[in-house]
Amino acid sequence: MSTFLGMPAMRAGRGPSPDAAPGTLGGVGRPEDPLHWGATFPDAAKAALENEQLRRNLGNATRTIRTKRARVVGEVPDWEALRDAGSAIKADVLARLPELLETLERNVTARGGVVHWARDAAEANRIVADLVRAKETDEVVKVKSMATQEIGLNEALAEEGIAAVETDLAELIVQLADDMPSHILVPAIHRNRTEIRDIFLERMADAPPDLTDVPRELAMAARAHLRRKFLSAKVAISGANFAVADTGTLAVVESEGNGRMCLTLPETLITVMGIEKLVPTFDDLEVFLQLLPRSSTGERMNPYTSMWTGVTPGDGPQEFHLVLLDNGRTKVLADEAGRSALHCIRCSACLNVCPVYERVGGHAYGSVYPGPIGAILTPQLTGEKSDLPYASTLCGACYEVCPVKIDIPSILVELRAREVALAGSAPDAGDRVWKAAMKAASFAMADGDRFRRAARVPRALRAISRHGVIKRLPFPGSLWTRSRDLPEPPKQTFRDWWAEREDER
Amino acid sequence: MSDARTEMLSRIRTALGGSAPEPAEVPRVYRSVGEHGAGSDAVLELLVDRLVDYKAHVHRVSAAELPALLAELLLPGAPKADPGRSAEGQVVGSSDYRSPDILPTTRRAARSVVVPSGIDRAWVAGLAGVEVFRDSREAPLSAVELDGIDAVVTAARVAVAETGTIVLDGAPDQGRRAISLVPDVHVCVVRTSQVVQTVPEAVRLLDADPGRPLTWISGPSATSDIELDRVEGVHGPRTLHVALVS
Repeated sequence: MSTFLGMPAMRAGRGPSPDAAPGTLGGVGRPEDPLHWGATFPDAAKAALENEQLRRNLGNATRTIRTKRARVVGEVPDWEALRDAGSAIKADVLARLPELLETLERNVTARGGVVHWARDAAEANRIVADLVRAKETDEVVKVKSMATQEIGLNEALAEEGIAAVETDLAELIVQLADDMPSHILVPAIHRNRTEIRDIFLERMADAPPDLTDVPRELAMAARAHLRRKFLSAKVAISGANFAVADTGTLAVVESEGNGRMCLTLPETLITVMGIEKLVPTFDDLEVFLQLLPRSSTGERMNPYTSMWTGVTPGDGPQEFHLVLLDNGRTKVLADEAGRSALHCIRCSACLNVCPVYERVGGHAYGSVYPGPIGAILTPQLTGEKSDLPYASTLCGACYEVCPVKIDIPSILVELRAREVALAGSAPDAGDRVWKAAMKAASFAMADGDRFRRAARVPRALRAISRHGVIKRLPFPGSLWTRSRDLPEPPKQTFRDWWAEREDER
Repeated sequence: MSDARTEMLSRIRTALGGSAPEPAEVPRVYRSVGEHGAGSDAVLELLVDRLVDYKAHVHRVSAAELPALLAELLLPGAPKADPGRSAEGQVVGSSDYRSPDILPTTRRAARSVVVPSGIDRAWVAGLAGVEVFRDSREAPLSAVELDGIDAVVTAARVAVAETGTIVLDGAPDQGRRAISLVPDVHVCVVRTSQVVQTVPEAVRLLDADPGRPLTWISGPSATSDIELDRVEGVHGPRTLHVALVS
């Protein structure tokens, strides 16, 4: 089977392109499906590429994290051995998943926790909403969590009249601006300090009126705003970075202390966790606690990690619920070629090294999982036809940095092959044009004179270029320029330049 | 229709092909111990370096000097650590603080301190003029009460030199998780014998009783969410003092 490594042919749009222009308070809005929203990748990417502010913010941020990560990873003499162990532990977990989930359930229950199982987003949201209702409260505090983002929990709770307050600073910014996260680790990476100040002033009722855009002041405004919530919240909702099957221990890794606040102060804690987040034994944490922080924030260790096992009398929440979430994960597991996407520990290192992510930002991917990992995870979770496998240059940088060695480029190629196979035997426009072009090229290249004449043809394109760039070619070239700019062809072919130079001698 | 649990487990078994898969062999050739022993000069030096890098304030004292150090750090009127004084204790500059509201408490005096009930009473015996609250699982202070307290003094279970991390495990001298979280200043007393080099060494120690609530602390609370500018002190204590006791 042939594998088409270029851009896919045009797809039907998924609705209007998101209005993510910085300088405006409003974000992209909260979509119905957090795994599938906004315009198609090529359209969203084109809009994002025209947004210079966004590209500057992203360029600075990803460069900074890349540098920090490289420095602290370089400090660890056994980094490759840790990656091998991390990858093998995750493969082992997937192979023994039913047994390990049952062990986890038994141990959490033995320590006074309650385990719930949720087949999909709706079921998970229902479980959480019922648990919150039972505590007779209409406001809950939340720790940043990809699993709850993925199931649209906040929106589901809002429909039940329950306000879920995000307490991670970046998530709070995203929530106040009615926006979507654009990065797994730093969800408000697309916003600069001035935008954040404006968002606080307009949307945070108790923001000091003379708030400046100094990061410390902004953080302190959030501290004051959220402390009131922490002290009065009866219910908290979190995700989990790891769950230890053998002991029933859950772990949340964070920086700000909002996690600790949520995990210890309220009476009731509800944790929503994807079924792949397991590790078999407590000692396995020693591998991931080294891999995760260095890969993620480029720190030797994140400021806070909390671990708890069921309920501890007199210390922390006295009621603990664990919701085990499928929501497409068993579909990913069934796919032998792609199942290692479930190894992902959500560190986001692959985003920060990806040349495509760096230029288009997270929103273009139309999913809470952006970047290279999102490009393989999202289509597998939804099982839908997707253009995301093409949102990559296949440069391999994501595989190099992945702490659990997910071979993202190979999986992308496999997913592309499937998209092509799905398209069926009828070749699309792109395919026909490609074949015709190859035929023409082989005719021209077979003869020196023909090649010389053909090589002069692109000069004609200089007529439609502006500032050295061609933005749109006439059909069939439009299939190429739809997602790319073309540099202006040179005035002269190399052959002509050489001939002229020889004449002058 | 089957219940969610049965259906999810059956989906997983189907996804794995119905056959019992072989558990994978995990290669454990990474370092499980460091080259330096617990409490050795090399690990202590490394720990201090990492803690300072994380903007924690480190003070190296003998057991006999500890009460005097705590008095110096917490008593009203005592000279406060300032950026000009480095020696053992490393202190971070604070010129960017704009108003008293965003000033961490260490720059003021503590009026009240909370300690876990199992702490050595001699440590805080010299804190005349400071109200000392004792907290335990049996007689816990409320979150609101803790919010009115300036500082907390706890012991620790283990410290990891390579990552600048201190772990509390809720033992009687470390207390409930809330007390080391809500007050603005955390003074953590670490005995030099408790300092190991690597993360695996700490995990092995904690594995003796993994069911305890564990808090891993590396420097004070911090955020990098605004243009990746690191701001210390968001929700947890804004100042972390580590008293390294030999």
